[in-house]
Amino acid sequence: MSAHLLTELTIFILAVFVGLEVISKVPTTLHTPLMSATNAIHGIVLVGAILVAGTADAPFNAIVGFLLVLLASLNVFGGYTVTERMLQMFRPKAPAAKAPGDGAR
Amino acid sequence: MTTPDTTPANWIDVAYLVTGVLFILGLRYLSSPKTARLGNRISAVGMLIAVVATLSQGIVNWWVLGAALVAGAAIGIVSAQRVKMTAMPQMVAIFNGAGGGAAALVAAGELLKVYNAGTAPTYDVSFTSVLSAVIGAVSFAGSIIAFLKLQEVMTGRPITYPGQQIVNAVILLAILVCWGLVVANSPNALEYFWIALGCSFALGILFVLPIGGADMPVVISLLNSFTGLAAASTGFVLGNNVLIISGALVGASGTLLTVLMGKAMNRSVTNVLFGAFGAVTASAGGGAAKQHNVRSVTADDVAAMVAYANEVIVVPGYGMAVAQAQHSIRELADQLEKRGVDVKYAIHPVAGRMPGHMNVLLAEANVPYTSLYDMDDINGEFERADVALVVGANDVTNPAAREDKTSPIYGMPILNVDKAHNIVVLKRSMNSGFAGIDNPLFDDPKTVMLFGDAKKSIDGVVAGVKAL
Repeated sequence: MSAHLLTELTIFILAVFVGLEVISKVPTTLHTPLMSATNAIHGIVLVGAILVAGTADAPFNAIVGFLLVLLASLNVFGGYTVTERMLQMFRPKAPAAKAPGDGAR
Repeated sequence: MTTPDTTPANWIDVAYLVTGVLFILGLRYLSSPKTARLGNRISAVGMLIAVVATLSQGIVNWWVLGAALVAGAAIGIVSAQRVKMTAMPQMVAIFNGAGGGAAALVAAGELLKVYNAGTAPTYDVSFTSVLSAVIGAVSFAGSIIAFLKLQEVMTGRPITYPGQQIVNAVILLAILVCWGLVVANSPNALEYFWIALGCSFALGILFVLPIGGADMPVVISLLNSFTGLAAASTGFVLGNNVLIISGALVGASGTLLTVLMGKAMNRSVTNVLFGAFGAVTASAGGGAAKQHNVRSVTADDVAAMVAYANEVIVVPGYGMAVAQAQHSIRELADQLEKRGVDVKYAIHPVAGRMPGHMNVLLAEANVPYTSLYDMDDINGEFERADVALVVGANDVTNPAAREDKTSPIYGMPILNVDKAHNIVVLKRSMNSGFAGIDNPLFDDPKTVMLFGDAKKSIDGVVAGVKAL
């Protein structure tokens, strides 16, 4: 293992701990949007896709590149759109609902 | 001691750092429904920064990139806007598969580039690119099968055959051998890489096939985690910190949800993955179906019960999603609340096909999230409730999980529906639930059954309440 990989592994492990800490605070009612939001975040692989596809020269690489940018882009745009749509629906009280405080946790 | 590295930081790496921070903040804001939308937007800004920074590097294939970006964005946005909320688990599965597939292809592309240049990859690159390709391909193929099952293109029941685990083990072994050969830089390393990729694809299909629909919340979470890890290992291949950080966040999130879902079913994750739960119990219960002595009632009877109650607890399950009954339930709750009835919703963690599935459906029907209660918060409340209205839920209400040590679901935490004064179960027919497990709740003298499509039944109850 190179020193460089070790540094990256360090970043990875620390980020896992940050992730566990932050995500354990997400309430169960938001677990579907959470999945969808993290789905959008792993669309970051688009960055890798652009790096690989953007500098590919062999025709085969261009095809792989097109496919992978397409998949990653689908992941990013679809993921954020669907999360936004879902979160729009979460309201504390719909209009003309019960009196305030009633039924609140 | 090494001398400190004094080369000035690349601004692109600074941009990536900002993106990582924005992703973490975005997830942090998801801790409350009030700030969640802001969180999603913060996260999206982070993504934009990373993509713009990446595009500013020496890109040559603009037409390939542009076409793929625009096509992907168009398909993604249009399908995300059109999809019905009940189809959300499938949608998440598809985006998940897309991410996994992309991660696998990035690793493949990077490795190809090294080989095409006529050089041998370093051990770090070959090790991590196979890792990324394997996890990404498993996630891609697994997500497709999960999608097909959820979309009901193929049966949601577990598909099993003799020697299943052995086949999977052999494929896994083949992957590991190819992985070793690629890292050892064998003369045919590239061929072995493709074999590993193909085997991983097959493994992804085969490992989801035996998993039943009711276990989908675990599988979807696990596949989410896989895609995160695939993205992180792509980060190792490319030496790209933002991929590593984001992948780690997603991996952590998916793992946490997987564990939570497993706990909510009182089963280990390995048991879910390799137990072929539904198959075993279905065959066990199929032969000797128990005779039930149930009381069937009409929608008007139920209307009278709920209209004169003080407190009604609605227990939604996957059947509500299938029948699209959430809007009718909301209408019923409106009518009841007008009459001064207190309506609450009890949500079991594994109700539905993905974590939080019921919450999203009810939110779509404008049910305020403050009326939705987690299992632990509502279980003490059932004994005060006049009516528990079970809509398309079965196993999560089964008292056998608490009392019958021989039941396959013994030990699974359930909603204590049987403690309510009266129980109304809405069901399509007396066919046993998904897992084929007998539910003594139906025989309870306090229980009445309202048979039929959940939406039509609830609409009937609404009409009945209005007529009173």
